[in-house]
Amino acid sequence: MSDLMRLTLAGARDALRSGQTTAVELTEASLTAVAASKPLNVFVHDTSEIARAQAAAADLRLKAGGAPDMCGLPIGIKDLFCTKGVATQAASSILKGFKPEYESTVSQKLFDAGAIMVGKLNMDEFAMGSSNETSIYGNAVNPWKVDGRELTPGGSSGGSAAAVAAETCLAATGTDTGGSIRQPAAFTGITGIKPTYGRCSRWGIVAFASSLDQAGPITKDVRDAAIMLEAMCGFDPKDSTSMNLPVPNFEAALTGDVRGKTIGIPKEYRVDGMPNELETLWSEGTAMLRDAGAIVKDISLPHTKYALPAYYVIAPAEASSNLARYDGVRFGHRAKLEAGDGITEMYEKTRAEGFGAEVQRRVMVGTYVLSAGFYDAYYNRARRVRTLIKKDFDDVFAAGVDAILTPSTPSAAFGLGEMEDADPVQMYLFDVFTVTVNLAGLPGISVPAGLDSKGLPLGLQLIGQPWEEGDLLNAAFALEKALGFNAKPNQWWL
Amino acid sequence: MSIDIKTAARVAKLARIKVDEVDLSALAQEFTNILGFIEQLNEVDVEGIEPMTSVTPQRLFRREDVVNDGNQQAAVLANAPDSREGFFAVPMVVE
Repeated sequence: MSDLMRLTLAGARDALRSGQTTAVELTEASLTAVAASKPLNVFVHDTSEIARAQAAAADLRLKAGGAPDMCGLPIGIKDLFCTKGVATQAASSILKGFKPEYESTVSQKLFDAGAIMVGKLNMDEFAMGSSNETSIYGNAVNPWKVDGRELTPGGSSGGSAAAVAAETCLAATGTDTGGSIRQPAAFTGITGIKPTYGRCSRWGIVAFASSLDQAGPITKDVRDAAIMLEAMCGFDPKDSTSMNLPVPNFEAALTGDVRGKTIGIPKEYRVDGMPNELETLWSEGTAMLRDAGAIVKDISLPHTKYALPAYYVIAPAEASSNLARYDGVRFGHRAKLEAGDGITEMYEKTRAEGFGAEVQRRVMVGTYVLSAGFYDAYYNRARRVRTLIKKDFDDVFAAGVDAILTPSTPSAAFGLGEMEDADPVQMYLFDVFTVTVNLAGLPGISVPAGLDSKGLPLGLQLIGQPWEEGDLLNAAFALEKALGFNAKPNQWWL
Repeated sequence: MSIDIKTAARVAKLARIKVDEVDLSALAQEFTNILGFIEQLNEVDVEGIEPMTSVTPQRLFRREDVVNDGNQQAAVLANAPDSREGFFAVPMVVE
């Protein structure tokens, strides 16, 4: 079978069962594509030996019958997931050389389902960034290219999105704290879902902001997102915020029937400077859902504009606490000390050398907003605003809205290095449509909608009710069918 | 609110990140910009609104208070930059 890497997860699953290919063949095709993807700088740790062993085992399991859907399917794993015995650095030099002695719950679940890890993927350092430019491994590059410029694949799961869009692996894991799955999926013309907070275990995922972090799949389409999400989620006693709820069969929810469903269109998501094409796609997406029998309703989420400032208090505050563990004592980097240096110098030098500029900035902002005298003014105020942001969503859901349709990002991908001299706050604005969803703990999915005037992909986001990922995926499935997006990047890196 | 160099130095100290003197004024300016952005939150009426502690209305999951793991000394120390005789080793803390 030729062009194995063009398959979706669902297509490969079916091809494995009809005997058209094998896990070993799929894995070799993926490893070849991985090796050829060097110009994209997406794979940062080689796991080909593990992949080959997993593939051989998967073929035996498939032969025996009754293997799970993910069995034999080659995927990439974001460098934020602890993988036993395999370098896990969160794209930071402070974790250089770190090889976890344990496996994250999500990657373990995927391996238990027979998935094959073809490599670890580039990302922003500690998932702090929207362009994959804060990585110690260097920039990941977007497979989409329309002129001389190399573009960002977005962040923080930039390597994951670029790897899937470039068809080097069939899907990848991502994590999303403020948009880090949905924004890169939108920038690379593919699909990404962040489930409800508590759906996926956070155990073994390097922590950024614990009350916002969620893992999710980055895939070629909605069906694949349903298949892979199901394999990733479920109750885990090792994560005290994991929800003890049964995991539905998400793929079975994909009927494409949205008749009678109410889709909310929030007026606050229409922002200044939004490209015309994006407005048009948003209107077209709305019309398509209406044509499919959904009821479209204008809604208001009045606290939307305060989501980003609230996020930039809460996320750094939690990060400053989570990242306190990087002290040069138990794992990772320790600075070389001068004669007479004590433990304080060890901490300070280790953290100055080990953390990049954006991570240092956020840890210090977090330290500031939690410090005595400012805790109420900043941190508690932000948490109150977060309550109001969640209430905005609770109110529209209570009024009968099933899902909310918005753009995924305010623009298409920008050029690598173009934001270098910009104020950090300018970069934060790329998360304006996604960050509300993390603050409210809701599921959100980005589906590719069309191309902008330059030929770069733009995404639309659907936001669902808590724990209703099945319904959300189905609405996204209907939207995907109607949009019919099938553009792919030309493979300039080969 | 404008952050001065002294405050920037204090925050860096609290965060245990060494920042060179020459970089403090740029850092102070960055803090000022970010905090300026955050200060939009002052426009919101939060009177009587509870700070969110959990986005999902649930009590944190608790397990039985029993030992369910252990004897992992080698695994725990495997990634340590310096360990001796089964302990993490650090520069001298007490004279």
